[in-house]
Amino acid sequence: MSTEAEVGVFLDSVLNYFSTTVQQAAVCGTPFLAIDKVPELSDFTGTIKISGKYQGVVAFTAPKSMLCVMLMRMQETDMCHENLCDLVGEIANTFSGNARRDFGHQFNISVPSISVGRKNTLELPDGARPIIIPIAWRNYSSSLVVYLQ
Amino acid sequence: MEAVMVHRLMVVDDSNVIRRRIERAQDLAVEFVGAARNGREALEMHATLRPTLVTMDLTMPEMDGTECVAKLIERDPDLLILVVSALADKLTAIEALEKGARGFLCKPFTDRQLNDALQMLINSKEQKS
Repeated sequence: MSTEAEVGVFLDSVLNYFSTTVQQAAVCGTPFLAIDKVPELSDFTGTIKISGKYQGVVAFTAPKSMLCVMLMRMQETDMCHENLCDLVGEIANTFSGNARRDFGHQFNISVPSISVGRKNTLELPDGARPIIIPIAWRNYSSSLVVYLQ
Repeated sequence: MEAVMVHRLMVVDDSNVIRRRIERAQDLAVEFVGAARNGREALEMHATLRPTLVTMDLTMPEMDGTECVAKLIERDPDLLILVVSALADKLTAIEALEKGARGFLCKPFTDRQLNDALQMLINSKEQKS
């Protein structure tokens, strides 16, 4: 599968997630390669490790304010830290799991790991050039980081 | 007059947000009896809660949903299990159905899709009995 096609799989998943779960469309910006720099993380990051036919990571990173509004849209009234961590992990899990429709059964996904804070960095191999997909929703900015080998 | 069976719903998912969402979103005439965070917990709770209807995530720590479906069906072959998972490939769905699940709903889902999927399971059971 070409890189363009791989990115397309995730774009479809992102757009479907927002229109279905929070009933408000997201807009994906132009995906780009993170060359010579590590991807910038936001307040909360959910990371899924990929193994099997592909190796790598899929990570969703978003500001706290965006996650709070998303929880509200889902009728959730408890905006506690645990639920924010839970949501960011669940979103990363959904984007990765949905990708199996195109990548196949051997695209194995881990349970999500969560990191909190903008100073964290994603664990990537040296020289890795992940693809960043910017996601705008309402007036919030988040991104999906995809690194597959 | 025939007595109408009120199903007892147990939700199994490692995400608290999803567990609570399913509990809130379902608007059928079912009784919500409890929620488990993984397959192992679901097996423990099954003995005391005696659910008749279960929503089951697949990717969970400790014991995944596929293994849990098989173990629950071994205990109670009549249990109605709806798999609710982000794993969107056909093989995963087929595997879960082969283990004994009665339906598969892919995440993300709307409230309507959840209720329709649960209702379909309940209807299929009523038609058989």
